[in-house]
Amino acid sequence: MVMMYSLLAEGIGVQNWTYILVGITFTIYIGIAIWSRAGSTKEFYVAGGGVSPLANGMATAADWMSAASFISMAGIISFKGYDGAVYLMGWTGGYVLLALLLAPYLRKFGKFTVPDFIGDRYYSNTARLVGVICALIVSFTYVAGQMRGVGLVFSRFLEVDINTGVIIGMIIVLFYAVLGGMKGITYTQVAQYCVLIFAFMVPAIFISIQMTGNPIPQLGFGSTLADGSGTYLLDKLDGLSTDLGFEEYTEGSKSILDVFAITLALMVGTAGLPHVIVRFFTVKRVKDARKSAGIALLLIVILYTTAPAVSVFARTNMIETVSNQSYASVPEWFKKWETTGLIVFNDKNGDGLIQYVADTNKNELVVDNDIMVLANPEIAQLPDWVIALVAAGALAAALSTAAGLLLVISASVSHDLIKKMINPKISEKGELIAARLSAVVAVCVAGYFGINPPGFVAATVALAFGLAAASFFPAIILGIFYKKMNKEGAIAGMVVGTLAMLFYMTKFKFGWFGGGTKADWWFGVSPEGFGTIAMVLNFVVSVVILKFTPEPPQEVQDIVENIRIPSGAGEATH
Amino acid sequence: MTEKENSKAYWKENIRYVLILLFIWFAVSFGAGIIFKESLNAIRIGGFKLGFWFAQQGSMYVFVVLIFVYVRLMNKLDKKYGYDV
Repeated sequence: MVMMYSLLAEGIGVQNWTYILVGITFTIYIGIAIWSRAGSTKEFYVAGGGVSPLANGMATAADWMSAASFISMAGIISFKGYDGAVYLMGWTGGYVLLALLLAPYLRKFGKFTVPDFIGDRYYSNTARLVGVICALIVSFTYVAGQMRGVGLVFSRFLEVDINTGVIIGMIIVLFYAVLGGMKGITYTQVAQYCVLIFAFMVPAIFISIQMTGNPIPQLGFGSTLADGSGTYLLDKLDGLSTDLGFEEYTEGSKSILDVFAITLALMVGTAGLPHVIVRFFTVKRVKDARKSAGIALLLIVILYTTAPAVSVFARTNMIETVSNQSYASVPEWFKKWETTGLIVFNDKNGDGLIQYVADTNKNELVVDNDIMVLANPEIAQLPDWVIALVAAGALAAALSTAAGLLLVISASVSHDLIKKMINPKISEKGELIAARLSAVVAVCVAGYFGINPPGFVAATVALAFGLAAASFFPAIILGIFYKKMNKEGAIAGMVVGTLAMLFYMTKFKFGWFGGGTKADWWFGVSPEGFGTIAMVLNFVVSVVILKFTPEPPQEVQDIVENIRIPSGAGEATH
Repeated sequence: MTEKENSKAYWKENIRYVLILLFIWFAVSFGAGIIFKESLNAIRIGGFKLGFWFAQQGSMYVFVVLIFVYVRLMNKLDKKYGYDV
């Protein structure tokens, strides 16, 4: 009692708060996993197919919002200003495509995985195999980043080694993904959505009140400053930016065509990501698939419309706190994050002041993107528990996405490869064991990449979206809306789209095939935006090849007619 | 109407809804937020320049509304054609 009293009097401290909050949330996740463990392959792959639209919407939102959305996005936007909109529109607009063009029909089709749809619609195991390979490449590139995110959060907030953090994360994910399958991760994701959205909104609301007096961040960053000067916050930030030699915050520096291409590639990539699509196989009826896409987007947009406000608050705060200040008198958080290497100060002209300017020869301060969310509560001097909450939220975001991806990997192996191609006679029980084993292997591979990250993590996320856009999206759209689309066209399209994407990405990111600089980009489109061009290429190749090859069999055309009608959506079957 | 004609008519109406909604989807994001951003920035709402607002806020709100409008339209359409099961 006395001890507790003294703890309260002195404050528990950020570190202890973090242990408490992370401990509580992890206990909840494990509890849910034990309660909802999967007993059949159907429960393992699609949670039994009876998830309510609201629960599925929440799970989809948590599945979708990764470590990148939670930790990095607001920071990236705060350094890019207007150009950051490519992520905001790109990662939300894809849900409109999902709801209108994909989710209802894939649900009606009633299968377990995306390669399953590709293989059956295109009546070909070659098509299925191409689908499996694409699903594995996309999911592995994505999951490595998540495990790394888990490790980073542990190391920054709990001062353990990054590798220890990755291993702790692996054990937790292993536990509930392997035990619970889709059923387990669906309900943990519901809990994780609540944790992550609370953790993101609380500091944003605090800071919005501090800076503008408006408790709604979405309105706050378009309001006047709370200091009574009558200046709009965005005007002030535009002024601060140009004073330091940067572009105006509300203008951008990318070309219109490139912004267009990147936004479209991210939207289409979102709609083509297997771990997002598969979530719509878990609801009961076609109308539930449409509705849960709407709920998912609503829940995502709460965070995505807050993020650009956080970017503006954080950037303004940071410039005001450090620009032209004496290094000797910087606040404590500056020194603390300096030790992690995320803030680097190099006093080039030796005047003891921090010069933060656009000119790289004179600039003395380098700030990592991630600081803007992770250190934002400290910069704004918020209470310790809010700072700890950010850690719990970041972990929820990274774990929920990792689990969703691991499930796609395990289902691709156990269902599409083993059950559908290698050993169709495998028993239900055998398939379930295979699914669990492949989940274990996938966690270990993901953990390995988390501990030994390939040097191109940032490039691979763009690659994952580009590949999803260039491979799955056209094949699925044509499969639904173009009855006569045949296997030859679809396979050729997927192969050409994927290869074009890989070629462009490796050429301009890793310098293969002679490399090249920005000046050599085709039509001025960056590798991030090339998914759009590769997608168009896929569509064109598919349709051209179709003209020279036989029509699909009548029964396949009948299937397509059938998936266009919402009634009679049976439960997902083999 | 035969079952075949019924499903054809249903599909035709569905496609019409989808095209109209996707036109709006394109107009707010790629139109207002990217292509016409500069000219819209001349208009201000509070502290926001309009083009910037569409790119970082407005288009996302419209996306959510579009999906829920589609949900409502399709629920009605399913009833009209007897596919509401």
